[in-house]
Amino acid sequence: MSIATQTQGKEGAAARVRARRQPKPYVHPYLGGLLLGLVLFAAFFITGNGLGASGGLNRYLVFVEDLIAPEHVDRTSYLLAMAGGDINPLANWVVLMTAGVFLGGMTSGWLNGRIKLETNKGPNISNRTRWFMAFLGGSFMGFGARLARGCTSGQALSGGAVLSVGSWAFMFAVFGGAYALAYTLRKFWN
Amino acid sequence: MAPFPLPLESLVGVWGAYLVYLVIGFGFGYALEISGFGHSPKLAAQFYFKDLTVLKVMFTAIVVAMVLIFLASGLGLLDYNLVWVNPTYLWPGIVGGLIMGVGFIVGGFCPGTSVVAAATAKLDGILFLLGVFFGIFVFGETVSFYEPFFNSSYFGRLTIMDWLNAPTGWVVLGVTLMALFMFWGGEHLERIFGKRDLKVEPRARRYGALALVGVAVAVLVIGQPTNADKWAKVAATRQAQLDNREVQVHPGEVLELQADRRLVVRLIDVRTEADYNLFHLEDAVNVPLAALPENVDEYLLQPGNTVFILMSNDEAAATQAWKYLVAENVPNVYILEGGVNYWLSLFAEETAPYDAALFTHGDDSLRQAFSAALGARHPAARPSPHGYAFEFTKKVKLELKRGPSGGGCG
Repeated sequence: MSIATQTQGKEGAAARVRARRQPKPYVHPYLGGLLLGLVLFAAFFITGNGLGASGGLNRYLVFVEDLIAPEHVDRTSYLLAMAGGDINPLANWVVLMTAGVFLGGMTSGWLNGRIKLETNKGPNISNRTRWFMAFLGGSFMGFGARLARGCTSGQALSGGAVLSVGSWAFMFAVFGGAYALAYTLRKFWN
Repeated sequence: MAPFPLPLESLVGVWGAYLVYLVIGFGFGYALEISGFGHSPKLAAQFYFKDLTVLKVMFTAIVVAMVLIFLASGLGLLDYNLVWVNPTYLWPGIVGGLIMGVGFIVGGFCPGTSVVAAATAKLDGILFLLGVFFGIFVFGETVSFYEPFFNSSYFGRLTIMDWLNAPTGWVVLGVTLMALFMFWGGEHLERIFGKRDLKVEPRARRYGALALVGVAVAVLVIGQPTNADKWAKVAATRQAQLDNREVQVHPGEVLELQADRRLVVRLIDVRTEADYNLFHLEDAVNVPLAALPENVDEYLLQPGNTVFILMSNDEAAATQAWKYLVAENVPNVYILEGGVNYWLSLFAEETAPYDAALFTHGDDSLRQAFSAALGARHPAARPSPHGYAFEFTKKVKLELKRGPSGGGCG
């Protein structure tokens, strides 16, 4: 009896270890969307501001630029508004929000066993190609997000929920741009 | 006054407010990660119709937040005027969106999701994030070459309601139904291209869809508060300010405010165009009462150091305008004491002394005769701030701006 229990206990522990190694499946998209929608609503309801990410990244970058070349920042009008003179580019709510995104993503990944050093890609390309494409795509994203005054979070999600015309036009443009190029790039993802 | 959004900084201090944003960001990152947005092939599958998670999560989130926001606004809990609505710069937005679309299919993330991917140690996410920094850097260094385009096609705070000239309730219901239609279509695309069996999809999603439509219909039935409703909420405190003459600013103080470089003084003349053409203060803008509503959005977007001074011939029309703007939560709105008539009695050469009883009991008509429409060419339009010594009580106190402090990507 006691031996049996022990074995069971061992098996249970092994199963738990396996479970920890084995990432849990993602939640159903509609449930994920519901949670995201509640967070978005809470943001607007409590603070009057929506969600954001690229604005925070922008300010981290400008902070570093201001450390390296403060005179240059003071001469560039776009950077001046964020970090000119003794303005601290990090003294802004979106900086904290972006840090929160990182922590929240990490916590969820940790609880669900999805933190793993890996490269996710289509089956027909090498890691190096994927890394190069990721960097290239990121550059486009970063540039486009500044030109459009917001990323998928700050424009599409937030502006979409409060029914801004510009945000809806932006959202369709993002999907349009991606769909237009998807067929050409199918080898990279399929 | 609607209690939400909260005046966070005066309530919990700067660091308290930062903590709130950190927690909201945490929820955001958590929701993105559990939805699978840290996994690039899942995001890219959207564009091959195999797995429409991106569409489903995004539009569910938008519709859920939208119906709740307008429900809260309809119930008088949330002031939509204090909610940040991304100002529309149409063409930079569309071109930027197209570039981002290219970045999305090439790189497999968007900025927010790449942060989550990097947080879960995905190398492609980290490389993407570095790319984002590089793209932002390039933009900051080159924007001076295309600044006119970057600032072009500006429409201010333009909502779909303004654009379609439709009531909020119908727009909310329409967007909800459109999203549900897209989900329905999306599921069928997944069945065809992703070979997915729709029978395993949970039945609960239908009840969810029904609930969303239900809330949207409730928003339609409840409606949005009118200006009169909003005034009724603030009347108790605001009427007292009027009666105690706390917001009627002496002309001498207006001159002082205008001389203060830290402030932006907006003079808003609500009289008829005819009176305005006969005489008006320099820099005053003619906005007749009927045109006030369409200007509210623009006033709300002004920086926190803006002071609005409303004026009519006496005070009646200016007081009406004041009530309207205050109910809409425009900050720092004041009335020119005694209106244009009192102003003329102080600064024009040939006028009889002015009786203070006329401030509130005058018939709000222009009492001085002008031989020609002088507009701001009259010497009294811009008296020298140093030529007069008035005795008055200062009344302008700048309010801290409540609510939106700039876009999510500011």
